[in-house]
Amino acid sequence: MRRFAHALSAAAATMVMAGFAYAGFAHVDLAHAGTLDTVKQRGSLNCGANGQLPGFGLPDAQGNWTGLDVDLCRAIAAAIFNDASKVKFVALTAKDRFTALQTGDVDVLVRNTTWTLLRDTQLGLNATGVNYYDGQGFIIRKSAKVNSALELNDATICVQQGTTTELNLADYFRANRMRLRSVTFATLDEAVRAYETDRCNAFTTDASGLYAVRLKLAKPDEHVVLPEIISKEPLGPFVRHGDDQWFDLVKWVHFAMLNAEELNVSKANVDEQLKSDNPEIKRMLGTEDNFGERLGLSKDWVYRIVKLVGNYGEVFDRNVGQGSQLKIARGLNALWTKGGVQYAPPIR
Amino acid sequence: MPRSPQGVPRVPLYRDPKLRAVAYQVVLCAALGLLAWAAVRNAADNLAHAKITSGFGFWNVTAGFDISQTLIEYSAQSSTFGRAFWVGLTNTLLVAGLGIIFATLLGTAIGIARLSKNFLVERLASGYVELIRNVPVLLQLLFWYNAVLKALPDFANGFVLPGGVLLNNRGLYMPRPLGVDGWHVVAVLAAAALLGYAFNKLAGRSAGVWRSSAARFPITLLIVIGAPVVALLAMGAPLEFDYPQAGRFNVRGGVEVLPELVALLFGLVIYTAAFIAEVVRAGLMSVSRGQAEAAEALGLRRMQILRLIVIPQAMRVIIPPLTNQYLNLTKNSSLAVAIGYPDLVQIFTGTVLNITGQAIEVVVITMAVYLSFSLITSLVMNAYNARVALVER
Repeated sequence: MRRFAHALSAAAATMVMAGFAYAGFAHVDLAHAGTLDTVKQRGSLNCGANGQLPGFGLPDAQGNWTGLDVDLCRAIAAAIFNDASKVKFVALTAKDRFTALQTGDVDVLVRNTTWTLLRDTQLGLNATGVNYYDGQGFIIRKSAKVNSALELNDATICVQQGTTTELNLADYFRANRMRLRSVTFATLDEAVRAYETDRCNAFTTDASGLYAVRLKLAKPDEHVVLPEIISKEPLGPFVRHGDDQWFDLVKWVHFAMLNAEELNVSKANVDEQLKSDNPEIKRMLGTEDNFGERLGLSKDWVYRIVKLVGNYGEVFDRNVGQGSQLKIARGLNALWTKGGVQYAPPIR
Repeated sequence: MPRSPQGVPRVPLYRDPKLRAVAYQVVLCAALGLLAWAAVRNAADNLAHAKITSGFGFWNVTAGFDISQTLIEYSAQSSTFGRAFWVGLTNTLLVAGLGIIFATLLGTAIGIARLSKNFLVERLASGYVELIRNVPVLLQLLFWYNAVLKALPDFANGFVLPGGVLLNNRGLYMPRPLGVDGWHVVAVLAAAALLGYAFNKLAGRSAGVWRSSAARFPITLLIVIGAPVVALLAMGAPLEFDYPQAGRFNVRGGVEVLPELVALLFGLVIYTAAFIAEVVRAGLMSVSRGQAEAAEALGLRRMQILRLIVIPQAMRVIIPPLTNQYLNLTKNSSLAVAIGYPDLVQIFTGTVLNITGQAIEVVVITMAVYLSFSLITSLVMNAYNARVALVER
């Protein structure tokens, strides 16, 4: 009995101490821990990506990831490690993506995620920019003989859960006084499968996603994307709120890729461009001044990005543009000099 | 050693076993309390620091998303997240309630079939149990969902069944009586069932002709069926029906049963029934053979032996594990998210969590709901168990 009492008292004392210790550690500053230092120490970048969306984030059978979002993560890794392969991709569903970033499972979330006010303010996250300007649309069977989304009154629409898509869909039907029947699925693949088995008349997601989804269908030619774009979907990378150094870094990696395209610095000619006399190119590639240092990076950070991954135009082209199966036109995503809205602040 | 006035050696306070026992418990409780408090504060601090909104303010914010099946009034434009929670809750209750009823019926039938002397019946039942028990329930749900969708014709070629019932891969559509609320129907049916039960019980206690259950049965049936008819007449029959009609994309009007609900019920019922069958079989086998043989010697028929002698005794063994199966079914219903059925988990920890970003609050509420479901089920089943359990005198 006494031995038991002793054991109990020891246990109780341990609990009390654990309690105090826990209370003492309660104020460890998670949000302000230097993400860049953590990433450098770990030796690789943890990148939250889609995993199901061709053109943006999809691993092939060998586990090689490709996509516009994926390449942005590679560019970040290239800038930090001078090695674009030092990225660990984590496939996230729309529903789980923010939690994964908030809890530190990933360092950056690049998963065709729409930048909204709520996400910027309520979730403890910050969007760093827009790497793809998108808008929501519908795909439907040609046999339904529908020419406009405004004819969809009373139609059943399949949609993926945990997205702005779900909300825009309800808004659009309400604004146009149409009756909506939506069926919501946890993942993109499940929603698409349900659409394909004719559970729904139409499927809705961001327009870029619709083209990707069409490729996944057994008979892509039997489906048509409706002309209406019912929302603004600026897709971009997200980081945790409170780490300004990391926020700046992610933001400027994207800007660097845009600036490189604007200055015609590409994967093929970047070595040549090192000898350029153009002061803008010299500043960008680090042959003059040292802007990388201000981001916590090396002098040649943009050289690394372009050499190992490419400029924005190249990345766009091979993942979603004419060099890919999706063949999406640049449209809004063209540089501002070419009629689009992709515009990066200068490196100076 | 100091002595008390009576001459007994005085025990110092810190060696008093009673005092020490109390002290340890106080310390332990305090430590646990502190730990819980620290955890809550830590989470709150970290959330505040990371600028993540916390609190339950979202409850009254307009939801803005659509839900495919709503048993209570809900609209995307005017209902709140709180309302969406209740929609999810009622959807979960619907599938869990129906699932428990059907799984019990199917499971009992298969459990009895496993003890059948008919070789084919016994083998089939065993095969069913072995096959179903050993395949993960999530896979079964996906199988049934695809089976339901693929087996049914598309909207344009849907079946038209007698009585104005339509069936296609968008759902099953039945005529809906006009001016009758769904909840009234449930209430009237429940009242009729209760009335029939009460008659059966009370009449059974009286002496005379009603003691025989065979004599009571037609009257009970009459009450259960007759009472709703009387209620219907009282409400001003003849009724008019809202018949489902084919629109451009979908069937309009009538009562709609979604394929997601059907697939989820199929999956959960068939899975859980396999376990219930084993529980029932174990219960029946626990009743010693002598009981049945004695009943046979008294001239009771086979069904009577089962109903009057074996099952009442088997119930004592069956109830506790059966409760577990009911709890499992309720918890497994949260797998609905995989096949698009809007249950509590799908709506609340899915869409609502994602829009509001308030993971801790939403998950805590959801856990509290499942915990309450489980505790209530246990409570009811324990009360029932206490009634049927062997009373030792």
